[in-house]
Amino acid sequence: MSARLEPRRATIVVLLAILALIPLYAELTGDPFAITLFTRVLILAMAAVSLNLIMGYGGMVSFGHAAYLGLGGYAVGILAKEGVGSGFVQWPVAIAVSALFALVVGSLSLRTRGVYFIMITLAFAQMVYYVAIGLDRYGGDDGLTIYRRSQFGGGIDLNNKTLFYYVCLALLLVSIYLTTRIVNSRFGLVIQGARSNERRMRTIGFPTFRYKLVCFVIAGALCGLAGALLANHTDFISPGLMYWTRSGDLIVMVVLGGLGSAFGPLIGAVTYLAMEEALSRVTEYSGLIIGPALLLVAIYLHGGIDGLLRGARRD
Amino acid sequence: MLYFIEQSLNGVQLGMLLFLLAAGLTLIFGIMDFVNLAHGSLYMLGAYFAATFAALTGSFVLGAILALAATFVSGMALEVIAIRPLYGRDHLDHVLGTFGLLLFFNELVRLVWGPAGMTLSLPSEMLTAVQILPGVYYPAYRLVIILVTMAVAALLYVVVMRTRLGMLIRAGASNREMVGALGINIKLLYTLVFGLGAALAGFAGLMQAPILTVQIGMGENILILAFVVIIIGGIGSIRGAFVAAMIVGLIDTIGRAFLPDLLRLVLSTNAASTLAHSLSSMLIYMLMAAILVFRPEGLFPAASR
Repeated sequence: MSARLEPRRATIVVLLAILALIPLYAELTGDPFAITLFTRVLILAMAAVSLNLIMGYGGMVSFGHAAYLGLGGYAVGILAKEGVGSGFVQWPVAIAVSALFALVVGSLSLRTRGVYFIMITLAFAQMVYYVAIGLDRYGGDDGLTIYRRSQFGGGIDLNNKTLFYYVCLALLLVSIYLTTRIVNSRFGLVIQGARSNERRMRTIGFPTFRYKLVCFVIAGALCGLAGALLANHTDFISPGLMYWTRSGDLIVMVVLGGLGSAFGPLIGAVTYLAMEEALSRVTEYSGLIIGPALLLVAIYLHGGIDGLLRGARRD
Repeated sequence: MLYFIEQSLNGVQLGMLLFLLAAGLTLIFGIMDFVNLAHGSLYMLGAYFAATFAALTGSFVLGAILALAATFVSGMALEVIAIRPLYGRDHLDHVLGTFGLLLFFNELVRLVWGPAGMTLSLPSEMLTAVQILPGVYYPAYRLVIILVTMAVAALLYVVVMRTRLGMLIRAGASNREMVGALGINIKLLYTLVFGLGAALAGFAGLMQAPILTVQIGMGENILILAFVVIIIGGIGSIRGAFVAAMIVGLIDTIGRAFLPDLLRLVLSTNAASTLAHSLSSMLIYMLMAAILVFRPEGLFPAASR
């Protein structure tokens, strides 16, 4: 009985319940902004989940993860502009392009270690950023407005905010489920083994490079899907989506929530974005509070918020 | 040809500025094993301090000196308050903490100096162009930047290679525990190194201030360039940082200057100019990726790591 009341599980249940009821809340209070805000939270949480897969479980700190958000977004935007409106084409293309990019980046970057890995992933993201700026036909520096959201037919209209919200929520839950399945599979155990001692894993016969590369590609593909959702959400894409501080935001969400924890990225994304939003209503200078808060989390909270919840259980 | 000389000098100038930033970054990285994303904020602070003090004192040089002192002190205070607890932790904690500091400093600057940028005007004698070769004129201030930063680089070299402090710094970079065990006050050493790095970043910011607008977020782009420099050069290596800064400065500037013309040979004018813009911004990242693929520890890996 007591196991069901542990703070970590309780927090996750309450959080999911709140997320499930956001559209109802918006309906009742007539505050549609809540849906808009939380749709964004869900999408970025999905990106953070994908980053957590490589960073939290695999120890691969990618400082260029926003590139996949951008690639997914641009896949949707460019196809929409060229008259291909079907989501059945747009979304798979977004996933495929991101996966392909992750394959290239991963196969080159995974040869390096530590900070060099952080920086080479950043370099690739910056390259995509500058490519997007150079895409004159698709808005260049100013970005591109998407006039029609992805079409799925059969009465599924993504312009319906509530429907789109639940699509995002469902995809987020699926991605969390998938990452836990991956992490606990034999494949995932190899990845985690490589994080704690790669030489040992190689010595006992696992080609860790290949395992890590596949993991990196899965994460890229997942984040590309989040990018496709984000483009549909904002109806707009711009190179700014891929600027290095956006990648920093994603890292912040994952570390804040709890590295290598299934629901950590979601907790982190909700906390970070909700805090940002709440503070921006109170003060013009929200960074003065968020900045030191992140610093304090870095100093005092080992394992992020999830680590705190775990620790609370032990007391 | 004249254009080439002028652009090469611009490249050297950018390289020297990058070196100032990268030297501090690579010292902090090499010695304290600390990833400092807030280094660009110190660059920004240097520029703001210079603009403010120059306006207060009415003298550019005096303003610059005061700004240098102010960033040195700010850097040391920052180290004691915020950075010290993070030593020895995972790099991700550094990223999280200093990303927070970056947000903090951006807002702090907006609060103190307002959202509009500032300008720092130069004394009139630096506004002229100097004849450096027969028929080749170059803005005096840019020459000043090159010469002064070269002097600072030389000074840094002397400090690091020829003084007791420099010896400790080098020793700290190769074996932290041993330096501490030999009775050196490692905390104080770290604070000094961080202050030195901050002052170098602030110095880069204040030298650049009259050329660019002093604005919020001005440190973010150049921070990434400085990271590229220290990665290419090899973390912890000042010599590597110098060589890499020169390479990056020259390639970036010359790419920007000549790629449009080169591409115009094969493409329409419009396409060439946009493509050249992207391509020249990408050049150094491609260079870095290529170098890391072939030399995963940079050009001059610090021997002990």
